[in-house]
Amino acid sequence: MTDMLKIADLHVEAGGREILKGVDLTIKEGETAVLFGPNGSGKSTLLASIMGYSTMTVTQGTITFMGTDITELPVDERAKLGIGMMMQRPPNIFGVKLGDLIKASSDNGEAVIQEAQDFKMQNFIDREINVGFSGGEIKRSELLQLTAQRPEFILLDEPESGVDLENIDLIGQKVHDLLFREAENGKRHVSSLVITHTGQIMDYIDADCGYVMKKGHIVKSGRPDGILKDIRENGYGEEE
Amino acid sequence: MPDSQSVRQALEKKGAYGKDLDLDHYDVEAKETVEIDDLQKSDYKRYMENVGIVADEIGRSGTLMFIDNNPSHCSPKVQEGLEVMTTQQALKKYDGLKDHFWKAMDPTKDKYTAKTYLEDGNGYFVRVKSGYHIKYPLQTCMLLNTEKSTQNVHNIVIVEDNASLEMLTGCSTAHHTNDALHVGVSEIYVGDNSSLTFSMIHSWGKDTGVRPRTSTVVGKNSHYTNNYVILNPVGSLQSFPVATLGDDSSATYNTMCIAHENSDIDTGGMVNLNGRRSRAEIMSRSISMGGKMVARGRMVGNAPEAKGHLECRSIILKDGGTTLAIPELEAHIADVEMTHEAAVGKIARDQIEYIMSRGLSEDDAVSMIVKGFLSGGNINGLPAELQKELDEAIAKANVGD
Repeated sequence: MTDMLKIADLHVEAGGREILKGVDLTIKEGETAVLFGPNGSGKSTLLASIMGYSTMTVTQGTITFMGTDITELPVDERAKLGIGMMMQRPPNIFGVKLGDLIKASSDNGEAVIQEAQDFKMQNFIDREINVGFSGGEIKRSELLQLTAQRPEFILLDEPESGVDLENIDLIGQKVHDLLFREAENGKRHVSSLVITHTGQIMDYIDADCGYVMKKGHIVKSGRPDGILKDIRENGYGEEE
Repeated sequence: MPDSQSVRQALEKKGAYGKDLDLDHYDVEAKETVEIDDLQKSDYKRYMENVGIVADEIGRSGTLMFIDNNPSHCSPKVQEGLEVMTTQQALKKYDGLKDHFWKAMDPTKDKYTAKTYLEDGNGYFVRVKSGYHIKYPLQTCMLLNTEKSTQNVHNIVIVEDNASLEMLTGCSTAHHTNDALHVGVSEIYVGDNSSLTFSMIHSWGKDTGVRPRTSTVVGKNSHYTNNYVILNPVGSLQSFPVATLGDDSSATYNTMCIAHENSDIDTGGMVNLNGRRSRAEIMSRSISMGGKMVARGRMVGNAPEAKGHLECRSIILKDGGTTLAIPELEAHIADVEMTHEAAVGKIARDQIEYIMSRGLSEDDAVSMIVKGFLSGGNINGLPAELQKELDEAIAKANVGD
């Protein structure tokens, strides 16, 4: 399997403070990695840095995606290369309708809008993006957008947070569909990096490996279910 | 009616707001009458279509068009309850229109109204008879066709009791006209239990002077909506329509503007909440592309239980211009409830990058947000027809550079 994402010695500042302090991480084609860690450890910063949000300043190190150094690329160039992100708390986009963004972001947009009912989003296509959406609605909106976008590499920032029990299965299934797009005999092409606190999403994604982040470093790697079990039993160790 | 001596003196009176324009600068008299039989074959078709006037008139109750100071087309479809003619014709037919001619507007208000009064400005006269609800919008079009001339039009709109009408007015310069002046006095009367939606789309030359003067008197339990859109460059535009409401009536103002470089725009509106339980909402959305943008809103609470909300929002895309939001609330009694909010600034970076994360370029993301800001969202009272025209105009407006 070839490397899809390779992060080397990544240092990132946000809000004038160094958050990531030398992260090394490689994700191969078709691989799904789960990222655990206490609040404030830098998980969301890592995902936002891979997507390229300007609130993140890379001060050292590189991010390479499918052989291209993307460390300095703007967000849209990264999206065009095949990176897609499900944000935990996306901004309200006043005046822009969800359907219009979906249509503008993909040739596939019209067809995906026809499937909105499967995401329970048929009544949101003409709504302003994220404005007045509940936690679950935001997640389903993000997943509908990603379904149109068809990314090769997906960043999922706590896909199950704020979702009620009734909707967790729907979210899980849709995440599964994104990760197994064009999979052959269970063999995936799409890769992903998934942040989870509860591990609930792991029932749907068949994760390959897990990492624990603390204080801006990746401190542990291993089998994802083993790591989750360890965290449930022993916590993250010392207080952040 | 004031004596002509005091009106003549008012020719020296500057407007309350905006740059003072020298009326003598516009020294060419536009005498020519252009008659248009078939709008679809007219040379002026594209200028009309630019401001939302539909040449085939499908889905419209008819069209009245002025080129400079003369009527050039009038095609009201036969529809019971609706009368459309020129103001001069109406003055003859209705014995000087003594209840409506210069009754809502004081000709000595400023030099622009005075000039229109002294020159006997013609314009459109629209009347909906009591009890009639006009199904399709009526369209009126004012084209400025002669360089260095003044267009002085005087319009009168009457919607009687228990009646309703939607009007779309498109105003534009035609052909090579650029440095000319448009003055449009509009006196609007809405009776009891009635409604009028009055929507204007303007498109002028980069040196055109524009001074509309609109005053609306609304009876009891009625609704008046005033929509104003200008997206193209203009020289100097100043407009401050005033509506006065009776008991249980309401008014909605929506203003959508782009101030391009070298454009000087001063718009907004005022509502006098004179009736018990009268209500108003004044909404202004503007984009500054380096021009001067003044967004005014004024509400005056004069009656118990009056309510109103004012909102001025402005996005600044380019340095070099000025954006000034002036929301004003004035109350003369205790039992009123009026609020305002104003926001001026750039587009939040996280919104742009969120759209970019779906693969759109930064320019496309900005343009999408700007277009959405102007046309979409929670603007109340935009008729479907105007929304369509607005969406098309915004799609054509250049907000990318």
